[in-house]
Amino acid sequence: MADSGSEDIAVIGNTDLTPSESENNLKNTMVEKGTSLLKKMEISVAEAEKRTGKNAVNMQETYTVYLIETRPVDAASEGNNPVPDSLWRRYSEFELLRNYLLVTYPFVVVPPLPEKRAEFVWHKLSADNMDPDFVERRRVGLENFLLRVASHPALSSDKIFYLFLTEENGWKETVFETGFQAKADSRLKALHATFRVKNPDKRFAEMKHYGDELQAVISQLLRVRARAADRLYGVYKVHGNYGRVFSEWSAIEKEMGDGLQSAGHHMDAYAASVDDILEEEEHYADQLKEYLFYADALRTVCRKHELTQYELEMAVQDLTSKKQQREELATGTIRTFSLKGMTSKLFGQETPEQREAKLKMLETQIEEGEELVKERNSECDEFVKSAWVDIERFKEQKDHDLREALISYAIMQISMCKKGIQVWNNAKECFNKM
Amino acid sequence: MSGSVVDNTVSPGNSSVAIPTDISGQILDLDEDDDLEVFSKDTTPTDGSSFNASMQTSPASMINQYKFEEDAEDTKDIFVTVDNPESHVTAIETYITYRVVTKTTRSEFDSSEFEVRRRYQDFLWLKGRLEEAHPTLIVHPLPEKFVVKGMVERFNEDFIETRRRALHRFLNKIAEHPIFSSSEDFKIFLTAPSGELSSHKKQGPGFLSRMGETVKAVAAAVRGVRNRPLEFTEMQEYVEAFSQKISSLDKVTQRIVREQKEYLEEVKESGPAYALWSQSEEELAEPLKNVAGCVDRCCKETEEQVKNLNDHLIPVLHEYVLCTDTLKAVLRRRDNIQADFEAKTEALATKKADRDTESKVLSLAWDSLVGRSPEEVKQQKQQKLKGEINEMRDDLDKAEDRLEWANNALKSDWTRWQKVMRTDLRSAFVDTAERNVSYYEKCLAVWESFLHSQRTDAEGNGNVDFS
Repeated sequence: MADSGSEDIAVIGNTDLTPSESENNLKNTMVEKGTSLLKKMEISVAEAEKRTGKNAVNMQETYTVYLIETRPVDAASEGNNPVPDSLWRRYSEFELLRNYLLVTYPFVVVPPLPEKRAEFVWHKLSADNMDPDFVERRRVGLENFLLRVASHPALSSDKIFYLFLTEENGWKETVFETGFQAKADSRLKALHATFRVKNPDKRFAEMKHYGDELQAVISQLLRVRARAADRLYGVYKVHGNYGRVFSEWSAIEKEMGDGLQSAGHHMDAYAASVDDILEEEEHYADQLKEYLFYADALRTVCRKHELTQYELEMAVQDLTSKKQQREELATGTIRTFSLKGMTSKLFGQETPEQREAKLKMLETQIEEGEELVKERNSECDEFVKSAWVDIERFKEQKDHDLREALISYAIMQISMCKKGIQVWNNAKECFNKM
Repeated sequence: MSGSVVDNTVSPGNSSVAIPTDISGQILDLDEDDDLEVFSKDTTPTDGSSFNASMQTSPASMINQYKFEEDAEDTKDIFVTVDNPESHVTAIETYITYRVVTKTTRSEFDSSEFEVRRRYQDFLWLKGRLEEAHPTLIVHPLPEKFVVKGMVERFNEDFIETRRRALHRFLNKIAEHPIFSSSEDFKIFLTAPSGELSSHKKQGPGFLSRMGETVKAVAAAVRGVRNRPLEFTEMQEYVEAFSQKISSLDKVTQRIVREQKEYLEEVKESGPAYALWSQSEEELAEPLKNVAGCVDRCCKETEEQVKNLNDHLIPVLHEYVLCTDTLKAVLRRRDNIQADFEAKTEALATKKADRDTESKVLSLAWDSLVGRSPEEVKQQKQQKLKGEINEMRDDLDKAEDRLEWANNALKSDWTRWQKVMRTDLRSAFVDTAERNVSYYEKCLAVWESFLHSQRTDAEGNGNVDFS
C-alpha cells in the first residue's frame, strides 16, 4: 500500500514544481476526487490513553495519546475483516503535522485542530485537559481533522501526512528533514506586509474581513451559549427539589400521597434529563468551534496573499528605482533628491570611467530585477489562482456544514421539547390523582 | 359582634337560610349584648326551620349544625368578584380600592346585585371579625400587607393585580364557607355603602373587651393544656409537617422563577448574535436569520412561562403558607379554651374541698371576738361558699359547652379545609403542568417550522440530509 501511492504523493509536496505544473496538478486532484486518500483507506482515531514519561527537561509528565487506525477500503469490502494498522500519536504531533501543512500549502485553508485547552466552558465541564469528557471530545475532533485533510484535494496526497498515519517511529525526524521550518514566514514579516501592501486583491481583503467577522460572531455565540447552558442546568436541577419535597409531603398525606409520590419521580426525571441535553449541545458547540478556528486559517491564507503581493510590489518598486537611477546616470540629470546628487554637488562629478562602471552594474541589477519581478508576479498570480480555488471550496464546505449544524441544533431543540412535553404530561396525570 | 351559626340542611328548592343565632357572642363576650341586639335585628326567623334559640346551648344540637354538606356548584347562590382597582388620593394618604360585585339569590339580601368599593383595610376588618366570632374555624388568609422581599411597592401594577386576585379568592372562600357566608359582617361588607361600613366598623368590640380577651388568652396559654385529645395532637403534628413542606415548595418555586429569569437574560443575547452573523453571510444568511427568529420566539414563550408561575402557582402556594399560620393559631385558641375549662374544673374542685374542710372547722376565736355565734358564722360561711360554688358550676358548664362547641367546630372545619386544600393545590399543580406542556409545544412548533423551511429549501437545491 505504501508503494503504490508514493509516486503520486511525491509530486504535490514538492515545492520545486514550476507554477504551471502545480496548478495543473491541483486542477487534476480537484476533479478526480477519486485520488483523495479517503477513497483508498479508512481512517479513525479510535481510542485515547494516558501515558507518563520523561519530557525534554527530564521531568515526569502525564499526557494523552490517541490511537490512529487505518485500513484499506478494498480489504473491508472483500468480506475479510483485517486487523487495522494502528499507531499512537499525541496532540503535539498533530500540531507539528498541521504546522508542516500550513507552510507547505500556503494557498490552502488548512483544517483546524480541536482546541488545545477547553474554552467557553460552563460550570459543569472542567477546564482540565485530563477530564474524560474533554479527552473524548478531543478524540472526535482529531478524527475529524484527519478526515478533513484526507478528503482535501491537495492535502490528501501529501507524503508526510501519509507517513503520519502509517509510520509511528521516525516520523518527527522526517518532518524536520523537509526543512519546512525554514520556509515559514516570520510573523513580523507577515505583519509588516499587511500594513504596507498597496494593492491586494480585493476579494482577499474581503475574505480577510469576513474571517474577522466570523471569528467575532462565533466567539460571541459560544460565550452566550456557555452562560445560557449554565443557567439552564440550574433551572432543571432545581426541579429535583420538587421531587424531594413531594416525596416527603406524600408521607404525611392519606389520599394525596400516591399522586404526589409519583409526580415527584417525574420531577426527578426532568431534573436528570438536562445532562443529556447539554451533552448534545456541546457537540453543536464543537461544530461552531471548528469554524471559529477555520476563520483563522482563512485569514492566514489572505495574509499570505498580502505577503506575496507585497513582495511583488517591493520588487517592482526596487526595479523602478533602479531604472530611474540608470536614467539619471545616463542623462546626467538628477530628477529626484538623492545622496548621489548631493555628493556630486559637494564633491564634484564622477569620472566617466566611474559612471560607466556604475551603469554596467545597474544594467545587471535591472536585468536581475526584471527576472525577479517576473518571478514574483507569476508567484503572486499562481497563489491568487490556487488560493481562490481553495477558498471557494472552503466557502461551499462551510455553507454546507454550518447549515447542517443549524439543522441539527433545531433537531436537538425539538428533542428537548418533546422530552419536556412527555415529563409534564406524566406529571399532570399524577397531579390529577392527588 | 355578630358571628352566626347556621343549620346547613338547606333543601334545594329553598335557598333561604335558617335563623342565624349568635351563640359565640354570648359565650365569649358577655358584655357585648348591646351590640348583639343591634345586629340580630336584621335576622328574621323563617319558617320551616327546626332550629330555634332555645336549643342554642345544647351541645348535641350544636354537633348537628356542623354536618357540613358539600356545596354543589349548582346550588351556589352567591357569586362575588373583585376587580377594577382604582387609586384614591386624599390629603393624608393614597390608597387603592377594589370594586366588589355580588350577585345573589339569597333572601336575606335586600336585592340581587350589589356593587361596592373596598380597600385592603376593609378586608382586614372582615377577617378580624370572622376570627373573633369563630376562634376555632379556619379563615382563609389575606394577601400580606406589602412585600418587602420582592422589592415591590404598593402601587406597582403587578403587585396590585396579584393582590386583587388574592382578595378575590379570599372573598370566594368566605362565600363558599357554610358558616362564614351567613355572617352578618360578611353581608355588610358586600352590600353597605362606604359610609355605612365605616360606622359599622366603629361599633366593633371596644378596646377594653379586646384587651380582656387577650389577657384571658395569655393566661390560658401560660397554664397550658393537660389532656389534649389525641386527634388534636395529631392535627398539630400534621400542621407542623405540612407547614414545612408547603414552605419548601414555595421556596423551590421561587428559586425556579429566579433561575428561569437568569436563563432568559443570557439566552436573549443569542438571537441578536445569529442575526448579526447572518449579515456577514450569503448562502447562510437565510437560515441564520430564521434561527435568530426562532430563538427570539422561544425567549418570548419562556417569559410567558415565568409570568405564569409568578401569577398562578406562587400565589396559591404562598396562601397555603399563610394558612399554616392560621391553622396554628386556631389550634392554639382551641387549646386555650380547653385550658380555661381545665382551670375552672380545678378551681371548682378546690372550692368544694374548701367547703368540706370549712364545715369541720369552727374558728371560734375570731368570731366570738366579733360577737357572732358560732352557728351563725358557720351558716353564713356555708351560704357564701354555696353561692360561690353554684356560680363556678355555672361557669364550668359554660366552659365545657364552649370547649365542646370549639372542638366540634374545629373538627368539621378541619375536614372541610383539607378537602379545599387538596382541591386548590391539585388544580394549581395540574394547571402548572398544563402550562409547561403548552410552553414546550409552542417551542416545538417554532423549531419544526424552521426544519420545514430548511427542508423545502434543500429539496429546491437538491441536497437533503436529515439523518
